[in-house]
Amino acid sequence: MSVLLDIQGLSKSYPGVKANDDVSFQIQEGEIHALLGENGAGKSTLVKMIYGLVRPDSGTMVLNGEKFAPPKPFFARQKGVSMVFQHFSLFEALTVAENITLGMDVAPNRKELSAQIRKVSNEYGLPLDPDRLIGDLSVGERQRVEIIRCLLQDPRLLIMDEPTSVLTPQEVDTLFGTLRKLSENGVAILYISHKLDEIKALCDHATVLRMGKVVDTCIPANETARSMAEMMIGGELEIHAATEFTPGAEALRVEDLNLASKDPFGTSLKNVSFTLRKGEILGIGGVAGNGQDEILAALSGEEKVTPETILLGGKAIGGDGPNARREKGLLSAPEERLGHAAAPMMTLTQNAFLTGRIRKNLAPNGVINHRKTTGFAEEIVKKFDVRTPGVHVAAKALSGGNLQKFVIGREVLQSPEVLVVNQPTWGVDAAAAASIRQALRQLAVSGAAVIVISQDLDELMEISDTFAVLAEGRLSKPQPSDGLSIEEIGLMMGGDLEVANHVDA
Amino acid sequence: MLMLEQRPQPSKTMLYLTPVMAVLATMLVGGMLFWAMGIDPFRAIYLLFVDPFVDSYNLSQLFVKASPLILIAMGLSIGFRAGVWNIGAEGQFIIGAICGGAVGLALWGSTGWWILPLMALAAALGGALWGLIPAVLKIKFNANEILVSLMLVYVAGNLLAEMVQGVLRAPDGMGFPESRNLGRNDPTALPDVFPALGIDAGGVVMLILLAMAFFLLQKHALGFQIKLTGDSPRAARFAGVKPGVIIAVCLGISGAAAGLAGMFELTGAAGKLTIDFPLGYGFTAIIVAFLGRLNPVGILLAGVVLAGTYIGGENAQFMLQLPAAAVTVFQGMMLFFLLGFEILINYRVKRMRRAV
Repeated sequence: MSVLLDIQGLSKSYPGVKANDDVSFQIQEGEIHALLGENGAGKSTLVKMIYGLVRPDSGTMVLNGEKFAPPKPFFARQKGVSMVFQHFSLFEALTVAENITLGMDVAPNRKELSAQIRKVSNEYGLPLDPDRLIGDLSVGERQRVEIIRCLLQDPRLLIMDEPTSVLTPQEVDTLFGTLRKLSENGVAILYISHKLDEIKALCDHATVLRMGKVVDTCIPANETARSMAEMMIGGELEIHAATEFTPGAEALRVEDLNLASKDPFGTSLKNVSFTLRKGEILGIGGVAGNGQDEILAALSGEEKVTPETILLGGKAIGGDGPNARREKGLLSAPEERLGHAAAPMMTLTQNAFLTGRIRKNLAPNGVINHRKTTGFAEEIVKKFDVRTPGVHVAAKALSGGNLQKFVIGREVLQSPEVLVVNQPTWGVDAAAAASIRQALRQLAVSGAAVIVISQDLDELMEISDTFAVLAEGRLSKPQPSDGLSIEEIGLMMGGDLEVANHVDA
Repeated sequence: MLMLEQRPQPSKTMLYLTPVMAVLATMLVGGMLFWAMGIDPFRAIYLLFVDPFVDSYNLSQLFVKASPLILIAMGLSIGFRAGVWNIGAEGQFIIGAICGGAVGLALWGSTGWWILPLMALAAALGGALWGLIPAVLKIKFNANEILVSLMLVYVAGNLLAEMVQGVLRAPDGMGFPESRNLGRNDPTALPDVFPALGIDAGGVVMLILLAMAFFLLQKHALGFQIKLTGDSPRAARFAGVKPGVIIAVCLGISGAAAGLAGMFELTGAAGKLTIDFPLGYGFTAIIVAFLGRLNPVGILLAGVVLAGTYIGGENAQFMLQLPAAAVTVFQGMMLFFLLGFEILINYRVKRMRRAV
């Protein structure tokens, strides 16, 4: 085999973040090459540079011995690089053949094209009728349309971004069959995923990215899920001994919670059950996009569910909206600071009112008490060390860490019974992160129950008393964080809940 | 290639100055336009922008024009704050006039102080219901309120034509397609309050409602929810705001305000319902709302400026033979410059280097 694509020292920065930092690796002809990494590791930026959607700041690429710097995807496709995106771009009201015509740079006539589609789809075991409407196809079939669109252009390199996230297990098997056949025919595949078992089963080589850098390469067949998980999240994962924790009475019980995600690419929650006691911090780990946003929405009340599936202090609250839950003591802080937890153009005072209105009684009879609201905002700023010129400043003017301190402070100072936070220290500097964790810990000590949803395993191991993993919308059985091994966590994150549920402490 | 790049911290001062700059730019470019048409630009600008505010007769017309504009713009601005785009105020204005007028005509011959308030109530209700049609369609079927509300303007126009040729036609009007003159009928005529500036009872109601809008937006939790929805719909849901309620409230309020304005126009300046009754206030009010930065005080000032262009435009028509369309061009230009300056204040133009 010879080198198909040689990438040397690619770097790309966006304001405040180095998405890719001196990335170098090679893809051989006909190999299936995995790009492995956590969310935000820089996988997407890298493939966008290969596909001509993003220009690298520096570095070079050589394709088939020629210098390769596609200014647009069109040029990449001409050189034989195609990409199947995670989100499809298909028109539901048009047929398969019509959609494929639209995506092609040079399209043959319809009859010829239909014949070609049939031929390619049979050859690669992707049955597809060119005359059917996209609207009538399943998600898996739609993906086939995208793949065949690429195959008709006779690619040398096919990039696939998280192709299995939307597929059923049977569809995954079919897809793998196709990919192997392609590889036999000499087409190289760059396969992006964080599902370790898939990579182990399918890929010849893997390049591991962490924080924009290539940190490791491996042959997946020779690795274990544990070793790859360690490469992905960093070897120095230390498991802290859990702090003394004496569980109190039941604070929150979730029983058989199901929630169909409204986002077609979201993850539906399936039979989520757990019990949270007073004084307990439950850490929920897992790779992003496995139901984290959905579980927060179900708990915050943005999505209403069957009343009896969420019990707060024994009372069914699943049917309550966000404010009714706040009144009863269940508060939350979503992951997205600007635009979800806080309104970007509004001042800190207004943002304090946003969730503080009910419990702090900031608008008796509907008229906003400005003095009291300003007082509450100032209290948050003072007690949580939010660096700002004043509470009259717009939320978007604050740095991420400062705004996060404000958001967490706003909820903590309302003395919740139960607080749910999603990614409390994401993108926050170390000092701010430490103070946020400290505040959550103190809240639990004072008798509240806390749920921390995070992708930072270090953080979860440090702060949580009990630990569970969210994988494909299912939650593993929470177990004491104390004594959990990295291997168990790695397997749980890879989606192996069977193992996770049987590791009894 | 030129690109727009968001400014990290747009200047507050400049943000407040944009309406002034838009008016000045309109004067400049408009003047050039007149000059090209062979009309003395200085005289035209004077007639359009200065004369309406210094001449005593013109002043007595000022709020006759400004009151409906401000009242409608006030209602629209509440919706615009929430990102609910009611473009159909003209239709709600017409329906308000029909409903208010119908009540007045039905009570023709009766006397009593209660007739006018009853008409106003009917007008506000009619306008609100007309505004709630796009609201319901948006909530139930996610129909775009811009299109629906705009299309309903033409429905309202046809309804008006039907009414003045049918049930609302004056019985002693010799078959002309118009109603009885409510403006010359004592119990239905809108009383003057401050004639020197053209402020009648409708103008007073407008000022009271404007103060209430100010209170709603600045002090009340509902106003906060409206602004929050406009700033960040997702944060609004998180704060427990029900999007459907906000859509209905906004379209209802703006419809009611426009309907009320229609009824005041009918019983004041116009007097009777005719096919030519609508003057485009419902559309001009959109410009007033934006020129006033969606702020009640700003809208008061912007309404006065736009009313001036109406009055000045009429004068310029017969004194300088300015075409009637010139005023519309002027108003359009003002909105254009306003939106243009607003972009330049929030974004800066950046020259992109062609990367190698």
